[in-house]
Amino acid sequence: MGLSFNNETCSGCKACELVCTLQNMKEINPSRAMLHVYGKFPEPGKYFVDICDQCGICAKECPMDAIELKGRTYRVNKDKCDKCLACVPVCPVNLVKIDDDGYPYKCINCKQCASICPRDALIFE
Amino acid sequence: MLYGYAGNTLRIDLSTQKIEKEPLKKEWVDDFIGGRGFTAKILYDENPPNVDPLDGENRFIIAMGPLSGLFVPASGKTHFCTKSPATGGYGDSNMGGHFGVNMKYAGYDVTIIKGKAKEPSYIFIDNDRVEIRSAKNYWGKGSMEVEESMKKELGEDFQILTIGEAGENLVNFACISHDFGRQAGRIGIGAVLGSKNIKAIAARGTKSIPVFDPKGLLKKGKETYEACRKKPGFKGWTPEGTAGITNWCNDVGALPTRNFQTSNCDYADKINGKAILKELKITDKGCFACPIPCGKYGYARTKLGNAYVEGPEYETLSLLGSNCELDDIHSIAYANYICDELGIDTCSAGAVVSFALECYEKGYISKEEMGMDVKWGDLDSIVHILKSIAKREGIGDILALGVRSAAEKIGHNSDKFAIHVKGLEWTGYESRNAPGMMLGYMTSDIGAHHGRCWVLGSDVATAVGGDKNATVHDLISGDSRFDTIPRAEHKNVVPLVLKSQHLRPAFDILGTCRLQYMEIGLETRYYEELYYYATGRKMDFEKDLLLLSEKIWHLNRMFNKREIPDFGRKYDYPPARFYEEKIPSGPNKGHIMEFAVIEEMLDTYYEARGWDKNGIPTKETLERHNLAL
Repeated sequence: MGLSFNNETCSGCKACELVCTLQNMKEINPSRAMLHVYGKFPEPGKYFVDICDQCGICAKECPMDAIELKGRTYRVNKDKCDKCLACVPVCPVNLVKIDDDGYPYKCINCKQCASICPRDALIFE
Repeated sequence: MLYGYAGNTLRIDLSTQKIEKEPLKKEWVDDFIGGRGFTAKILYDENPPNVDPLDGENRFIIAMGPLSGLFVPASGKTHFCTKSPATGGYGDSNMGGHFGVNMKYAGYDVTIIKGKAKEPSYIFIDNDRVEIRSAKNYWGKGSMEVEESMKKELGEDFQILTIGEAGENLVNFACISHDFGRQAGRIGIGAVLGSKNIKAIAARGTKSIPVFDPKGLLKKGKETYEACRKKPGFKGWTPEGTAGITNWCNDVGALPTRNFQTSNCDYADKINGKAILKELKITDKGCFACPIPCGKYGYARTKLGNAYVEGPEYETLSLLGSNCELDDIHSIAYANYICDELGIDTCSAGAVVSFALECYEKGYISKEEMGMDVKWGDLDSIVHILKSIAKREGIGDILALGVRSAAEKIGHNSDKFAIHVKGLEWTGYESRNAPGMMLGYMTSDIGAHHGRCWVLGSDVATAVGGDKNATVHDLISGDSRFDTIPRAEHKNVVPLVLKSQHLRPAFDILGTCRLQYMEIGLETRYYEELYYYATGRKMDFEKDLLLLSEKIWHLNRMFNKREIPDFGRKYDYPPARFYEEKIPSGPNKGHIMEFAVIEEMLDTYYEARGWDKNGIPTKETLERHNLAL
């Protein structure tokens, strides 16, 4: 298990996106967050959150074996990464992103999103 | 480095199609902080005196605050300002959702729009890319229909604000709609966009906002969310949101009923928050960064049709509900949906429709003029009137002016029951037995709006020995079923009104929602600390922020004096119904607001404010606040 999402309670506030970038990148910029909140309106009138479930597809795609499994979390090893970005388009939820230096970055299971969510819609087990 | 701000002002001239970006003025930041502070200053300085509100030269201003878009609870309020077509004076309105934060992430704290586009247009903003584009395909369409289409065309991550047909047709209470159910409803802000030929604004911002101490803000932000979570109102207030107050208002005799003829109905249980949860709700719908989402998104089923709709909020429940004698939650929600799609403010809509129904009942509007035989509490009648207003057909063309001007045209002393102040329709609190609330409505700068002052709780609670600082959650979870309802003595309400008039709009300056403070009691010190980590500046909530709030109060009063030829005391009077007609039923039966009491309260209020007997700020008052006007 790891991070999971319950759309019965999510109200679309994006506090998770805010804390994600402030915690990990020391900046206020939800568009760079490692998860993505969106609503489907007017129908069916529900919110959804794309999250990284550590599926490892990015790691399989990496020609440099630079995305390494540490415990239950895939992490980018910048010492091995050659910035080819092969990992970016293969992510099924578009959550491998690119930092200011051209390196890919992704969710590291810091759990801050789950801990801030006022609706308990993000759960880490 | 200007921390906490995006750092830029965007200027758009629709007539010349000139688009300019300039650094945010430091003196605005130093003297007016943000949001409502910016708009009051800019509208006074930059709007040409005595311009027609629907002339291209009237500015349309969007402003964010220093806490907007940051890791701060409910930092998603967008603040709009213009000279109001409803009142002819200072007008502002704000909305939640996600639009304004995208403007700030795109780099703009302030956007000033003037001129008139040659053809129906929309403004496209994608970070530095700003364009005026044709809206031919969108003109004439409903607000939510346009929002859905534009998101498909531009991308889900664009945030859209739109006007409906009412805005296009310059209805004096046309609103701005956003996020499938959020509105900047008041003062006819949508008509001003319509007058500029602007159907919509689409914005996407993906830049960072620089903050003074990111680590400090992270720590304090987490503490603040946690503090919200621990408040009793977090679990007690949130489920029903603003609708949770419906029964309390009915029990204390403040629920507008039948065009404010009375203040209590016998069907409150059918139109309250619990009815929404049982009958309509699909999901809680929150604004940006909000831990206590008051939005209830649901599905209404009626004989006229079914609709997805956010709400109804308390104001809509009371004004389109009991005030129009509509006693069915699905019908109210459907009327809410019709207003949203047409782009009409549900507050003014409820006051205007009920005024029209009373005029029709009294024979002041004929069946031919009305276009059908209309009845109280009848959804067909209400939807018919709303559509005739938006399309400006038949009597709708006159009703579209709002109750003040409509009463002038209809005659028969209908002005006595045209429920407004300064031309802005009254909202959801009948106040003949609530002196503080009455005075708050009377003296509000934008007209009769509860967003400027809400002291109904203290009007009731102080009299029954309760805590005058009780939050709304405290009130609704307490016992409101009194046999008799004593009230605060009118001689004592002025300090409470002044405090509320400074406190409530203070959050509009910072760029956050006020409900965390008002409804669940989040302490003001959190805002002082968050402001420090965001900007690097010290701010004392009482001494600095509330003083600025007071300064803005004087500035806007002077704007009204400049723009409205005979502006003064007579613009602060409530409609005659409140001082000539006794409440006929309910817990406040027999109550009236004596005119002598109204005069006495105004005298006391003006003196406390430092205004003369006509309600104009004195030279000394303006000098004390460094207002060289």
